[in-house]
Amino acid sequence: MVVRAAYTFALVLAVACGAPVHAAGTLNIYNWGNYTPPALIQKFEEQTGIRVTITEYDSNDTALARVRRGGHGFDIVVPSNSYLHFWIDQDLLMPLDRAVVRGLDNIDPRWRDVDFDPGRRYSVPWLWGTTGVIVDTSVWDGDIDTADIFLDPPEPLRGRINVIPQMSDVMHLAVRAAGGEPCTDDREVLQAVRAQLDRARHHWIAIDYGTIDGFVAGDIAAGVYWNGAALRVRLARDDFRFGYPQTGFPIWMDNAAVLADARNPEAAMKFIDFILEPEHAAMISNFARYANGIAGSERYLDEVMRDAPEIRVPDELADAGRFSVACPREVHALYMRIWTEVLR
Amino acid sequence: MTAAQRRWLLLAPAVAILACVAAGPLLVMLVYSFLEPGEFGGVRPAFSLDAWFSVLFARDMFDPEIVEPNIAHLAILWRSVSLALQTTLVCIVLGFPTAWFIATRPRGTRELWLFLVTIPFWTNLLVRTFAIQEVIRNRGLVNTLLMQAGVIDEPIQMLYTDFAVLVGMAYVFLPLMVLPLYAAMERVDRRLLEAARDLYASRWRMFREVVLPLSRPGLVAGSVLVFIPAIGAWVTPRLLGGGRNLMLGNLIELQFGQGRNWPLGAALSMTLLALVLVALLVYLRAVDPDTRRRDHG
Repeated sequence: MVVRAAYTFALVLAVACGAPVHAAGTLNIYNWGNYTPPALIQKFEEQTGIRVTITEYDSNDTALARVRRGGHGFDIVVPSNSYLHFWIDQDLLMPLDRAVVRGLDNIDPRWRDVDFDPGRRYSVPWLWGTTGVIVDTSVWDGDIDTADIFLDPPEPLRGRINVIPQMSDVMHLAVRAAGGEPCTDDREVLQAVRAQLDRARHHWIAIDYGTIDGFVAGDIAAGVYWNGAALRVRLARDDFRFGYPQTGFPIWMDNAAVLADARNPEAAMKFIDFILEPEHAAMISNFARYANGIAGSERYLDEVMRDAPEIRVPDELADAGRFSVACPREVHALYMRIWTEVLR
Repeated sequence: MTAAQRRWLLLAPAVAILACVAAGPLLVMLVYSFLEPGEFGGVRPAFSLDAWFSVLFARDMFDPEIVEPNIAHLAILWRSVSLALQTTLVCIVLGFPTAWFIATRPRGTRELWLFLVTIPFWTNLLVRTFAIQEVIRNRGLVNTLLMQAGVIDEPIQMLYTDFAVLVGMAYVFLPLMVLPLYAAMERVDRRLLEAARDLYASRWRMFREVVLPLSRPGLVAGSVLVFIPAIGAWVTPRLLGGGRNLMLGNLIELQFGQGRNWPLGAALSMTLLALVLVALLVYLRAVDPDTRRRDHG
């Protein structure tokens, strides 16, 4: 009730002062940590008069749990492709308003009609990337396009490997290295994966998100990492290279969508249309160092990103990339069990 | 209004808060632990004992008929109990002399020493833990100093080990040991020590038969205060253990996050609660004079 009164008071005040900035209201974005460029937000605020707040999350599960609980007050969320169908099935998202979101044709044809959101009815690309391996080539300069970097590491890398704590990505890499399909429940494959991981984990020093600082300072010499993060590491110290395991690696895409219970759907739709502009998509890429899915954004990209090997998957390895998918519950439970054994 | 009525009235707000924020959620967790996990987190309203089963057991991947111990959970459970006990032990070893030192300072200066003990509380736990990270990392303070002094050639891997978790927890929880110990020691009658010395008791004997028994209530209270938060610690093992050396708190978080198995998370939380209750029972037995007298016949 106090909140309500304060709100009314603020409203009265805003109207009385005729504050033009508040006329367009506020937009509450719920996005991954360190993923939204301040410059982009500033430009949007100046153009529209809408005030933007950003709240950050660190995993799809966190975002999902918080939004499902209700009362969150967010307008925009950025789920990964493997979770998106669940957001849609649960009616958590609002279909895009084509009258406002007119830039859908800017989406690169590759990302326009995707399995996880057929016809792009609910979401637009934010950024996409791959999960592979990163290696300090001053410590080891052999072949890095292999999952052996973390599954059966060469001697110099042992004890200096960090693996990101993302069960689905790590299992995707490990299962495909063992010759299985993503989300397989083939017990032979899984038993092999389990044994492999049990041997490998002794060579890992941490299972953490890893800081760029940790790589640069030499705490970590190799590991499982995201391509854009690997690019940031290379820019900080040139010894690092990103490898695409030829046995298979996951591709993911985070997608901006409007929440079904958004407080300010109009502002949210405006923002969705705003980030479909090639120039704005490039701002997001330049900030987070991942590729976006907007055609024509290339010419706005920073020099370091345009031909970066972390961003451009080499042609001969492109086929090894596969979209990450959310595994069925029983399979997920099996994978989780193997993963918990790794963490013990 | 009678005195009893007034007492209840004054207690009412505290009771109401406890019912809302402690008993209520606890009850929800208890119910969750007997349900089935929902798709992508949450629960399905179907009764199941699976969560409780998998706290300690697992089914063979090939033959679900074969039941085996859940090695991962047992290992994590063991690490939690063991690290919590070690933390308590380290805190006793470091806290006992500290508390005694403070208790034997002249009146008036004790407050200053106590005040110094509480200084770490001024800074957020997260910040302090990051600071420890900086100190013990491979190119951190300790390794750099040791290498420059020529003691070691290669940095010692301390960060991301059980040792790091132990150091972090002992540091964080030490004041919780010192304060109750001090409270008990301050009440020790100094004349008893003089009497012991007059009777030619050795220093060791004085410690064992005078100081230790009289400090016992503080020792027990401090141990409980350290052990309970240590066994449920989350931040310290997460940052200093490097995500590899999970403790119970981290395992529980995993189930509510990536694991998408809320019932298992709930059952594990209840298991943690049971461990804490056991610790409290031990505490009650240790301080209750009636029990002690019975024990000694």
